[in-house]
Amino acid sequence: MPRGGMRRRLVAEKVIKGALALMAGATVVVSVLIVLALFRPAIAFFQDVDIAEFFGSVDWKPLFKPAHFGVWSIVIGSLWVAAIAMVVAIPLGLGAAFYLSEYASSRARTIIKPILEVLAGIPTVVFGFFALNFVNPNLVKKLWPVGDVGTYSVLAAGLVTGIMILPTVASLAEDAMNSVPSALREGAFALGSNKREVSTSVVFPAALSGIVAAIVLAASRAIGETTIAVLAAGSKAQLSFNPGEEGQTMAGFIGFAGIGDQPTGSVGYQSIFAVGALLFVFTLVLNIISIRVVRKFREVYD
Amino acid sequence: MLFTRPSFKALAIATAATIGLAACGGGSSSEGESTDSDLSGSIIIDGSSTVAPLITIAAEDFQTKNSGVRVTVGTSGTGGGFEKFCAGETDIANASREIKDSEKEACAAKGIEPLELIVANDALSIVVNNDNDWATCLTVDQLKKMWEPTAEGKVSNWNQIDSSFPDQKLGLFGAGTDSGTFDYFTKAINGEEGASRTDYNPTEDDNVTVKGVQGDPGAIGYFGFSYLEENAGSVKALEIDGGKGCVAPSAEAVQDGSYVPLSRPLYIYVSKSAAARPEVKAFVDYYFENQDSISEEALFVPLDEAQRTKAAEELAAIDNA
Repeated sequence: MPRGGMRRRLVAEKVIKGALALMAGATVVVSVLIVLALFRPAIAFFQDVDIAEFFGSVDWKPLFKPAHFGVWSIVIGSLWVAAIAMVVAIPLGLGAAFYLSEYASSRARTIIKPILEVLAGIPTVVFGFFALNFVNPNLVKKLWPVGDVGTYSVLAAGLVTGIMILPTVASLAEDAMNSVPSALREGAFALGSNKREVSTSVVFPAALSGIVAAIVLAASRAIGETTIAVLAAGSKAQLSFNPGEEGQTMAGFIGFAGIGDQPTGSVGYQSIFAVGALLFVFTLVLNIISIRVVRKFREVYD
Repeated sequence: MLFTRPSFKALAIATAATIGLAACGGGSSSEGESTDSDLSGSIIIDGSSTVAPLITIAAEDFQTKNSGVRVTVGTSGTGGGFEKFCAGETDIANASREIKDSEKEACAAKGIEPLELIVANDALSIVVNNDNDWATCLTVDQLKKMWEPTAEGKVSNWNQIDSSFPDQKLGLFGAGTDSGTFDYFTKAINGEEGASRTDYNPTEDDNVTVKGVQGDPGAIGYFGFSYLEENAGSVKALEIDGGKGCVAPSAEAVQDGSYVPLSRPLYIYVSKSAAARPEVKAFVDYYFENQDSISEEALFVPLDEAQRTKAAEELAAIDNA
């Protein structure tokens, strides 16, 4: 009897290990399939369009005739939105994380943390309408000093994207700070530091790898954010250094092109995938940077 | 009394009973009222965002009387709609312009025969922001100066259109390239279909244009008449001088031919194979029997006498298909 039972348990172990490995493998397979689905039309696109024009020009008008395929105007649109989002999310997110981790009483924590979770759960389309109907007319139009601000602006889209990614930055940074051993803090307190000195000189450097990972993750979400850009940033693909104007991001272009309809296989259709592939490369690079940085900082402080 | 936990068995029986009752209830509700018909099936319609509000209202009314039929209306733009139609993916294509020869060929290649039906008229409206107090009437030449391909990057201010206009940045909002409204506007104003400056906010969703014009004091946009009527008061329509003096867009101006050159007929194209299906034929017949009330409800310009005769002939051709 023990022998039979033992065998059953060993077999069950193997089966469970196999099933879990299969599930993990499925994520790899899905990622590979996404890459293939994205890159096949993208490669077909580059057979029709000169890669020098794609990377060398700022005139992005793939759906008009005559078509122009200079991708830089939408790339810079995405970078603007992401940059503004980071300017909003990093100070507010890190500040919230510091407060929750180092300063807040447990009562404050029980109020603020759930609210952050609620903010994280709000659908992006709701954020998009918030940007369009509230942030742009009431904040951007009234306060932005440069030029006239219309219904759509890169600034409104960027600000609300920042609010959207703020919970990500805050909760990941807070987790990183919480995982700093309290022995480090207590040692600093014992040597006479006050809370601010402990936070900035002890906790922050120790949690740096986690904080950087949080920031990079938030940045890659900000670059790829589609709904807010489609609803609030406008559809004018232009190179502008004034975020109060309309602009179009890479993800926003894909959204707008999807509202209309391109004949399957046409250059306009393939341009959607080319931009999608470029977006994928951006987030991939950001993730690689994040892994490298995390590894580097982690070595120093462990 | 002590509330005791229901046993698992009792819970299972209760769940099964509820599901059973729900299933029965669901079955009997479609045996409908006496005015409901026996037709069933689905009708897939896609195309012009200008025509969509009209067909959507017709579809909603039709579905209350024919609850077995599912009608869906998409807005991919006239061009996009024809793409899907000629690929056999839709039964009816909404169009704010006539079908092109290239589209007819694409349909023929897939064995699809489009049957044209004129359904209503449209006054393509040019609108500006409510705070725009300097422009009331624009000539076709002025519009062309604003929208032609050579204006790109150069014409960016109202005072370049007319020196009496103030120094105010132009905010341009209009239809995207898949839109029949784009094709018609560029042909009527710029002289060539598809010829337009590209540095504006293009979209196949006219509501984006409405929103854009509402929020920018220097904005100008163009879309179909029903969008103007629906948003009257929050945007200002301009009078257009096409050679016969300044004429504001209205149903009367379209029907008496004075709103030129931006009056246009609106069409639906039914595929011959779809027209053979009873539910599709019923829907088309329903539209034409009730076209006046549907046009009025949807805020469209109804057909004039000559157009009604033509529509009746086209309908007869479909009924015999």
